[in-house]
Amino acid sequence: MTPMQRLLQLPVNAVGMVKATQGEEEARSPVLTADGLQQACYSTVRPKEAREQEEQEEQCSPEERSSSAQAQPLRHDDLKEMLDSNKDSLKLEAMKRIVAMIARGKNASDLFPAVVKNVACKNIEVKKLVYVYLVRYAEEQQDLALLSISTFQRGLKDPNQLIRASALRVLSSIRVTIIVPIMMLAIREAASDMSPYVRKTAAHAIPKLYSLDPDQKDQLIEVIEKLLADKTTLVAGSVVMAFEEVCPERIDLIHKNYRKLCNLLIDVEEWGQVVIINMLTRYARTQFLNPNANESLLEEGTEKAFYGSDEDEGKEEKVEAAALVAKRKPYVMDPDHRLLLRNTKPLLQSRNAAVVMAVAQLYFHLAPKAEVGVIAKALVRLMRSHSEVQYVVLQNVATMSIKRRGMFEPYLKSFYIRSTDPTQIKVLKLEVLTNLANETNISTILREFQTYIKSMDKDFVAATIQAIGRCATSIGEVRDTCLNGLVQLLSNRDELVVAESVVVIKKLLQMQPERHSDIIKHMAKLTDNIQVPMARASILWLIGEYCEHIPKIAPDVLRKMAKSFTNEEDIVKLQVLNLAAKLYLTNSKQTKLLTQYVLNLAKYDQNYDIRDRARFIRQLIVPTDKSGALSKYAKKLFLALKPAPVLESPFKDRDHFQLGSLSHLLNAKAGGYQELPDWPEVAPDPSVRNVEVPEWTKCSSREKRKEKKVEKPFYSDSEGESGPTESADSDSDTGSGTGSGSEESGSESGSEESEGESESDKEEEEEKHKRKSKSRAKKSTQESEGSEPSSEDERKKPPKGKGPKAASDSESEEEEEEEESSSESSESESEGESESDTDTRMKQKTCASKPPPRQPKKETEMSLLDLDDFEPTPSPQVTPVNNFVSSSLVTDLEGLSLSDSALSPAAVSPASGPVKSYELLHRITGEGLSVSYCFSRQPFSHDPHMVSVQMQFTNNGDTEARNLRIQEPKLQSGMRIAEFPEIDVLPPGETVTMVMGIDFSDSTQAANFQLCTHTRKFFLTIQPPVGELMMPVFMTENEFKKEQGQLTGMNEITEKLTLGETCQGDAAIVQRVTSTASLSRVPCGSEMECRFAGKTVTSGSLVLVTIVTREQLVAQLTVNCEKMLIGTMLVKDILQALSQ
Amino acid sequence: MIHSLFLINSAGDIFLEKHWKSVISRSVCDYFFEAQEKASTPENVPPVISTPHHYLINIYRDKIFFVSVIQTEVPPLFVIEFLHRVAEMFQDYFGECSEASIKDNVVIVYELLEEMLDNGFPLATESNILKELIKPPTVLRSVVNTITGSTNVGETLPTGQLSTVPWRRTGVKYTNNEAYFDVVEEIDAIIDKSGTTVIAEIQGVIDACVKLSGMPDLTLSFVNPRLMDDLSFHPCVRFKRWEAERVLSFIPPDGNFRLVSYHVNAQNLVAIPVYVKQNISFFESGFSGRLDITVEPKQTMGKTVEGVVVTVHMPKVVLSANLTPTQGTYNYDPVTKVLAWDIGKLNQQKPPNLKGSLSLQSGAPKPEENPSLNIDLKIQQLAISGLKVNRLDMFGEKYKPFKGVKYLTKAGKFQVRT
Repeated sequence: MTPMQRLLQLPVNAVGMVKATQGEEEARSPVLTADGLQQACYSTVRPKEAREQEEQEEQCSPEERSSSAQAQPLRHDDLKEMLDSNKDSLKLEAMKRIVAMIARGKNASDLFPAVVKNVACKNIEVKKLVYVYLVRYAEEQQDLALLSISTFQRGLKDPNQLIRASALRVLSSIRVTIIVPIMMLAIREAASDMSPYVRKTAAHAIPKLYSLDPDQKDQLIEVIEKLLADKTTLVAGSVVMAFEEVCPERIDLIHKNYRKLCNLLIDVEEWGQVVIINMLTRYARTQFLNPNANESLLEEGTEKAFYGSDEDEGKEEKVEAAALVAKRKPYVMDPDHRLLLRNTKPLLQSRNAAVVMAVAQLYFHLAPKAEVGVIAKALVRLMRSHSEVQYVVLQNVATMSIKRRGMFEPYLKSFYIRSTDPTQIKVLKLEVLTNLANETNISTILREFQTYIKSMDKDFVAATIQAIGRCATSIGEVRDTCLNGLVQLLSNRDELVVAESVVVIKKLLQMQPERHSDIIKHMAKLTDNIQVPMARASILWLIGEYCEHIPKIAPDVLRKMAKSFTNEEDIVKLQVLNLAAKLYLTNSKQTKLLTQYVLNLAKYDQNYDIRDRARFIRQLIVPTDKSGALSKYAKKLFLALKPAPVLESPFKDRDHFQLGSLSHLLNAKAGGYQELPDWPEVAPDPSVRNVEVPEWTKCSSREKRKEKKVEKPFYSDSEGESGPTESADSDSDTGSGTGSGSEESGSESGSEESEGESESDKEEEEEKHKRKSKSRAKKSTQESEGSEPSSEDERKKPPKGKGPKAASDSESEEEEEEEESSSESSESESEGESESDTDTRMKQKTCASKPPPRQPKKETEMSLLDLDDFEPTPSPQVTPVNNFVSSSLVTDLEGLSLSDSALSPAAVSPASGPVKSYELLHRITGEGLSVSYCFSRQPFSHDPHMVSVQMQFTNNGDTEARNLRIQEPKLQSGMRIAEFPEIDVLPPGETVTMVMGIDFSDSTQAANFQLCTHTRKFFLTIQPPVGELMMPVFMTENEFKKEQGQLTGMNEITEKLTLGETCQGDAAIVQRVTSTASLSRVPCGSEMECRFAGKTVTSGSLVLVTIVTREQLVAQLTVNCEKMLIGTMLVKDILQALSQ
Repeated sequence: MIHSLFLINSAGDIFLEKHWKSVISRSVCDYFFEAQEKASTPENVPPVISTPHHYLINIYRDKIFFVSVIQTEVPPLFVIEFLHRVAEMFQDYFGECSEASIKDNVVIVYELLEEMLDNGFPLATESNILKELIKPPTVLRSVVNTITGSTNVGETLPTGQLSTVPWRRTGVKYTNNEAYFDVVEEIDAIIDKSGTTVIAEIQGVIDACVKLSGMPDLTLSFVNPRLMDDLSFHPCVRFKRWEAERVLSFIPPDGNFRLVSYHVNAQNLVAIPVYVKQNISFFESGFSGRLDITVEPKQTMGKTVEGVVVTVHMPKVVLSANLTPTQGTYNYDPVTKVLAWDIGKLNQQKPPNLKGSLSLQSGAPKPEENPSLNIDLKIQQLAISGLKVNRLDMFGEKYKPFKGVKYLTKAGKFQVRT
């Protein structure tokens, strides 16, 4: 808003002000008197003795209002008396009244000695109120306050944790410098207290002490470091708060706790979450690489494609991946970076607006572009909240919508304005709407704007007009429409509207004056009608500025204005002078006399400004003998090209402040604001975040296991856990660290690879990295940090996957690269002995030979996986995969893995069971084309939440089938299909295998779709057996038991069964079960028990199966699964399989 | 973080102050008063005000300004959200959040504030924890306390503070075990002059009143959970179960709480329960205007629409209204320029109508735009989105609770442009 406009708005505001004060007066009258005030205060506290007191009090209330010390002694004596009495009830009464005084902001400091005596009072409420008093006045009366210290020191040793904590709270809140050493000691002790509540209080006390005595910083940092390592959720938020206030620059303290904080986050209380998320945002900015670095070039072009909607993520990822390939500089997200993003995401659904905002800013600052979109919905939801929340959220949305417009486009309508919104909200919404405007939606937005222009709220109308102006500058197509609309507004009766329109039109015209001489003409005509001085002035300025575009009209306008000059307002007169001067310089022939006339009129004007201006202009433009050198430059002075004003959002570039922060809101650095650092060029060593684990030889796997476990209690799933205090992480350490740790190291030598495999089961895509020697080296250094000599050897073997927390979402990029490299190698057909060659060879010929016998297990497993990797490549000449080979290999292996099952912790590769093939399209109905499918039990590489379905197309006919593809999937909600690439040609007699992914969303509902050839369409249905909806998960026995313990009650189904004749012995049972369901075996000490674990593909809920053999043929089957439906169906299937 | 808190009533009196760090003079509020004067309405006071040494973050709620003083960087929403929690806590404790009730209970307020923040950082904001620390006032208790000398303040640390379910008290006992759920949906809509819907959304909440003994574990399932598009949960709801199975599984807090709030998927077209025919016009000559509003039931799913109120904020020049309603009563307040027409139940056969003339201030130009109508309505026993609770199951406790679900549809920000 220009200052001029503000000037114009003043009257409107002034009216409002007058009204407001009137309203206040009216509202005030009933409660104005002091008596009323006090009565209200005391109505609950009303023993008989107090009554008289109160009456006295009321009498002296006028003096008391001025809070002079002399007026009060009488009453205070009384209070003192009460405080000295032996009765707790009297003391309590007195304290209540004192606290009420404090609450009203009255001075009660002279009671200090009387109050402080009661600090040791037995009555806890009196005690608390004394604490309140102390904290308030201790700073003023330091010496007396010292009297109370010993009580607190005693309190610090109290067996009751609440008393310990509150003693510490008060002790640390008393701002007396002398006791700093005592406080320091108390904090140190409390930091190692047994009770987490006391430790939390200690964390709170740290900033208090720091603000009292900054010299204690180093010691306090030690305490912070200690508390940061604390495992309880209760402490986490508070200690990070202390960290932020005392030593935000010591980012190195976070390294070791980073993963823990990420994993605890979901269980921390809301306020702590906000602080932790904000801190981690900053941390991540210093430690990880910019995920969008490679896209900056593509930013403009692909933005829309990226944010089309939340659903088609797959597509987005492809685009992204393609971009990356084009750049030839792949970005691999640090698994810790991914961990942060993944663990914060569910918090978007918090009820606490501050948490949602914190996550939103984290995503905005840290997430790859394609993923930022998820925050839009949550932010839009916040707009339903209180108007203050709306205000802050809209400010942030305004900033975000400049950078990432596409994100909010689907929610455009949520920013529509209601007449009941407060003006400040309206203006912000307008800002967002303007930012979101583009060629496609501009017509809708302009239509909305049209309604707004008619609003009664004139400030808002003014803002709307400006918004229209901005739309017009940014979207060329509508510039003329907008201009026309604005020109129409010139006839509005409201002077504010007209003035605003003129100003905006002026700005617009300044951009391309030559094209709009007709509008200038039109505006010139308006001078006859428009009476608003501001608007008249603006028009005159326009005419003067562009007089060369309207050479005929300009002098005429001047003529008219000269006529009415004396009646004009001052600002108009000034512009008339301006116009006259400019015309004189350009068209002196016609206007010389007119100008002289106007100047003469002005010379005798009442306003000295105008007289002054007239004199000045005359000297400048009218050449006289006296006029100096300046008149030569008159033309330059008046007719200089004025730069067009830039109409841009006031929110532009605000995002250099961390969003959601106070500084962002104010657009100025607030005290204590921590700059959001730029991304580093090269990522610092990620291994600093690894946590040392003494017993564990393999850091990576341990970490992973820990992570898995901690993830479990997501959103308080953890209440089943017994320990009330140590919630999520304590078990992860003790459980996996010691129990299974020893077991693990026992089987270490034998199961080196299998463990790698098992990891892969969980983190679906890891195996892909086998051939990426480069990243492998890096990763394994990172992993081997666990100080294990054998890690050297590992490095030579194929690595077991990338970092422990490799996340599914970052796959796409890697995949792309993967595919590329594999296809390259297949082209070259090099005969090297590397594994990758083995894979490619296998892929290319139908009857691939068995891999070399040494390390048979690993080899096959690799090849299997790589087959899968390779299949979804979009290249049309995918060679048929030989199912027989792979499955037979698998069965071979199975024996292997089963025999040592008791030892090896994880033995089952994903494709363990013999693969059952189903017919999808018979060759008769398919007119020669037959299709069969099987569930390959491989992770579907594009989307880990999909079940991969391997389809085999055989053309039995004698004509070639062309353009085989899937169309119009009819799916239950929640289900998705990733289609296979179209098969261009299928010659007669040939067979092609394709893999498609289906997300059944953990239900056994059938996926219906059409298979199209170039001539026909077939309606096909794939219905998955329940066992295929899951994938194996590696677990140790302990983990299994713990998980099982959590899935009791209705999540547990137990069934007795009689084993079939042929189904006896461990191996047979395992075989049956794994062929029924895609589960992996869990090692188990007992001979009589078999355990299996898996998780559902879509939601990742655990599926745990236990079979206990009782007698010869009697067994008991237990299935634990969060999803009861799946559990029940699985029980049925396994029963059937086992009893045959 | 939060340094001090001042409560200011609409008359501009500071009636409560509380400091968590060193004392800040109440003169800092002058900056707030300055901003308040500039703003035309209380809603227009900027929530964040910057002063030379402090920042004031304030909320306006129940005619009280909660003004907090901040000295250093802090996420504004953090403070705003906290202040709202404070207001909700007052509501919870005293039945209403008003100046009178705060003054009546000033000691409890002070104790509460002391527990809620420590050094400006939230310590306990869960109502169940606070209620164990500081018991809410009741007439009986205050009588008993004065006689026996017992206190309102708990002596031990609430168990919730340390447990993984901090929102629930332990040892809850009821003789009648009941669980009630209110599914309340609000229709936010903007209807065009011509009657077409510009935007319509359904926002819903499920409020619960659970009075169950022990540690019940509840599962609430829906017939059509997919209707709920964007949810926010009370921390007690197990997020994973919802993601996986679309059931709400939770150990409830004791008493009243908001279980979830949700947004109904916008693809499903929103049924607009009423149709409003309106014609408001002002005439240049004679300084008068005409008003004719008819409200008809539209898509009501066979239920009656009740509690219909039409509110119109008239332009300033409208002096008085002379109208005749066929049903209900109307009232025009010439000071606030608000015309309110309380219709009550909507009659299917005879749609209520309000008709008559408006008189304008003479000499003033006629208003250019017509005021928009704000509609308020209620439909009992109906969730307009069609959301239905399937069943409520309880685990973990032996007794059989009484369960009840109520549906209610309300108009949220329902506006008809004219």
